[in-house]
Amino acid sequence: METLYVICVGVVTFCGVFLCLRGRTFSVVVGLTLLSYAVNLFLFSSGRLHLDGAAILGMSEKYADPLPQALVLTAIVIGFAMIAFVVILSMRARADLGNDFVDGREPPDDEKLLKPRRGRL
Amino acid sequence: MSLFWITAILLIGVLVPILTERFGRSLNTLLTMLAPAIAFAYVISLVPEVLSGQTHLEYLEWIPAAGLTLSMRLDGLSLMFALLILGIGLLIILYARYYLSEKEAVGRFYSYLILFMTAMLSIVLSNNVLQMWMAWEVTSISSFLLISFWSAKSESRKGARMALTVTGAGGLALLAGLLLIGDIVGSYELSVILASGDLIREHVLYPVVLILVLIGAFTKSAQFPFHFWLPHAMAAPTPVSAYLHSATMVKAGIFLLARMYPVLSGTEMWFLIVSMTGLITLVLGAYVALFKHDLKGLLAYSTVSHLGLITLLLGMDTKLAAVAALFHIMNHAVFKASLFMAAGIIDHESGSRDMRKLNGLWQFMPHTATLAMVAAASMAGVPLFNGFLSKEMFLAETLHQGALGFLSWMIPVLATLAGIFAVAYSMRFIHDVFFNGQPIDLPKTPHEPPRYMKIPIEILVALCLLVGIFPALMIGDFLQAAASAVLMSELPYYSLSIWHGFNLPLLMSVIAIGGGLVVYAYRGHLYRFQAQFKEKDEKLIFEGVMQNLVGYATAIHEKISNGSLQRYVAALLIFTIIIVAVPLINLETTAFHLPNQPVTGVEITAGVILCLSALATVIYHRKRMVALITLSVVGLIVSIAFARFSAPDLALTQLAVEVVTVILLMLALFFLPQKTPSESSPSRVVRDVGIAAAIGGLVATINYAFITQPLDSISDFFIANSKTGGGGTNAVNVILVDFRGLDTLGEILVLGIAALGIFKLLARVRLSMPTANEKGIPFATDRHPPILVMISQSLLPLALLVSFYIFLRGHNMPGGGFIAGLITSVAIIQQYIAHGVDWLQPRIKVSYQSLIAWGVLIAALTGVGSWFFDRPFMTTWFDYFDIPGIGEIELASALIFDLGVYLTVVGATLLILANLGKLTSVHRPTPEE
Repeated sequence: METLYVICVGVVTFCGVFLCLRGRTFSVVVGLTLLSYAVNLFLFSSGRLHLDGAAILGMSEKYADPLPQALVLTAIVIGFAMIAFVVILSMRARADLGNDFVDGREPPDDEKLLKPRRGRL
Repeated sequence: MSLFWITAILLIGVLVPILTERFGRSLNTLLTMLAPAIAFAYVISLVPEVLSGQTHLEYLEWIPAAGLTLSMRLDGLSLMFALLILGIGLLIILYARYYLSEKEAVGRFYSYLILFMTAMLSIVLSNNVLQMWMAWEVTSISSFLLISFWSAKSESRKGARMALTVTGAGGLALLAGLLLIGDIVGSYELSVILASGDLIREHVLYPVVLILVLIGAFTKSAQFPFHFWLPHAMAAPTPVSAYLHSATMVKAGIFLLARMYPVLSGTEMWFLIVSMTGLITLVLGAYVALFKHDLKGLLAYSTVSHLGLITLLLGMDTKLAAVAALFHIMNHAVFKASLFMAAGIIDHESGSRDMRKLNGLWQFMPHTATLAMVAAASMAGVPLFNGFLSKEMFLAETLHQGALGFLSWMIPVLATLAGIFAVAYSMRFIHDVFFNGQPIDLPKTPHEPPRYMKIPIEILVALCLLVGIFPALMIGDFLQAAASAVLMSELPYYSLSIWHGFNLPLLMSVIAIGGGLVVYAYRGHLYRFQAQFKEKDEKLIFEGVMQNLVGYATAIHEKISNGSLQRYVAALLIFTIIIVAVPLINLETTAFHLPNQPVTGVEITAGVILCLSALATVIYHRKRMVALITLSVVGLIVSIAFARFSAPDLALTQLAVEVVTVILLMLALFFLPQKTPSESSPSRVVRDVGIAAAIGGLVATINYAFITQPLDSISDFFIANSKTGGGGTNAVNVILVDFRGLDTLGEILVLGIAALGIFKLLARVRLSMPTANEKGIPFATDRHPPILVMISQSLLPLALLVSFYIFLRGHNMPGGGFIAGLITSVAIIQQYIAHGVDWLQPRIKVSYQSLIAWGVLIAALTGVGSWFFDRPFMTTWFDYFDIPGIGEIELASALIFDLGVYLTVVGATLLILANLGKLTSVHRPTPEE
């Protein structure tokens, strides 16, 4: 179970980081969203993986660790606020700068392909 | 009184001139002189104590915890310098009153001068090397202000910049040297350092320390090859030149050499570097001075030469040489200050400093001429003037040198040569200016200056004569005290009498005077020879070098910091990989791990879907709508995972946030391009995949490393006290609203601030409305399908009821303010989607901003409330009440806190989404039009 869990965390992190390194704002926003999933899962797992042990008194024999849960709960909400802020920021950037590059301008020619072709990331 | 008062009074004195400028110049000058005069009187009062051989030390605790103590020291060396700085400083203030014209900002000038004086005094009085270094830097900065006083002139600005750059750079080297010394000795106290000479000299870093400290001293004292800044600092007003280049600034470097003499001298390296630098500077300065047509230029190079002489003396291998160096420091300060002031008078009264125009001034200003002649004679080293005595000692010492081995004979020969040039340029200063025919088209008819302008010169010239004739009486004690402080051992025998009999030094003096007269007489030949060289302007060279340096620095900076966010993020991540991976490599792999829990098919399926949809998001990220859908699948699985692993609160929150996020992103996507063009080069893709894979691998590894360790958590406390202390059975909620309530308060505050930031960002956004999707298909005109309207409207009360229920039960069962707030938001957003902003706006009269404000306020006030019951901030109160018909219910103050959370979440979420949604409604043109 643990192995499966960490593989999932690793894969989501991989996808998030890769998208964060793209040059357009929307990809970065999606990347950040994925990264926040990964981070939340990562933090959550510091209380270990418990089945059927919700931290409600009197509901089970052995409780899951409530502290990481409380922290992750607020992290989810704050993460939403952050994603919203970044998304609106990128809209505003597009309105003011006329493009959706993360740098606010087209990258220099040597860093991008002049003729976009299909089938490439 | 204490030594610290000297600095304090002078610092107050910095403001005095500016505040009193409006009372007229004479009063202004007098009041400006007040602070230095008090300091001077105080130093005088300490003279007997210091002359009796005591060292006056004072300490003031500054930051004892960091081991920082301010300390002051007054020994023979400091005393000599303090008297010179304050004495000559007072004379300069008086002189400047007449020198500066009526329209110049004399208040500002005086304040710079006093600031400079304070810094100089702090250097010499400091007993802590770091404190000394601070003052050292302040002298660089305040001298910059003084040199550039006439900032309208380009040469002033360039000269000041050059002085600041050279002395400032030297100051940094000095700091490095002093830090090393502090490291070797273990203290920055001068009294400790001075006693650890052997420790430092035998340390392996001694050469580095020596070179760094010497760079500091040589740049400040304008020693070859850093001498070039000094002549250009002559662009300053003459009182500044007189002060900076006689008693202060350039003498700071010499002071440093003398101060560090017990610590750094006595090695082969010291003798070789210091004496050679001094010798070259001595000869070079004396030679160049002869060819300067500018009065101040001549004096500037003569200063360079005399500083070289003092440096050479300090670099010599005998104790007597150090005594001679100290003696010459005093003599040079006195005669050079008076010469500069005389040059200033000539410039002031005749309008020119060019010796080719200035001739025969004797007939116009005999008084000034007499004074200048005495001072120049002292500079040339003519008997009966003070310069002669120290020069004689210097010449005597050159004869005893063996540092150059078999070539040591060169030192006395070169010293005599420099003496010849010194006599020649002194001769020129007198003969060319005051005699030698008639003036050639001067701007003004020269005349004697105001009476009081000559007083400072008269005092100094009188000192030249008195010291020259009665040396032992005048300065014998001071010299002895200073020499004891520098040598820190038995003083050698020396005689301060005028006549030592016929000996070799006297012969060298005679040769110098005779030779100087001959050189001056035949100077025409020398000038013609010198005229063949191309004149080079150090200012231009310096500016060129500086511009090149700035150019290189800019180029490198632009190369590294090219404004590409992608590059920065990549660099940051690569760095993270390195610092995270290294400790992991050293981590034991054989450490005890718990066995994996058994895994079922459902979990494997969920995991596979999670991974596949995350990867699909990457693969289809250029088709943004598709990416959004796969992204929402990831979020959904995450919330299922939370539910599976015993975190129902998290699952609920994640689910609600997921809905809100997807709606938000879809709205945003409406205004952003629907597709991302392919533009990453293959190498870039490979690099990014590499970085991402490394980070992903590291995160998974770390996660595995701790997830399989036995848990030892502080949470047992929360579970044990959740019911008894917080009054709730849902430990997660109790942590949020009680145990860690302050965190939650901070978090809802952040949420509110983010929402308000978004509100502002959207307030003036100018985005064009797309009317069709990227394929050109127009968006549907049927904006509010009736079925959706009907269903969502009927769902609203139900959703609100659910959220109310979730809110109420939160303390004991999964739920709470966060989740309830999100559910309410989703319900209302659904109405927005179904009905549109236009329909909803008149029906919802609540301002979301005030909702956020109320939420935060309620939460904070709940916390404050516990103060009224003498409890710490945010103590929960709860009790149980039996209400007929309903049964026993619990009322807790945490519920009110949770209400604040609820309101903030609702306000923030709706503020964000409603404002974004509003953008789609206002100016929207219909596709048909």
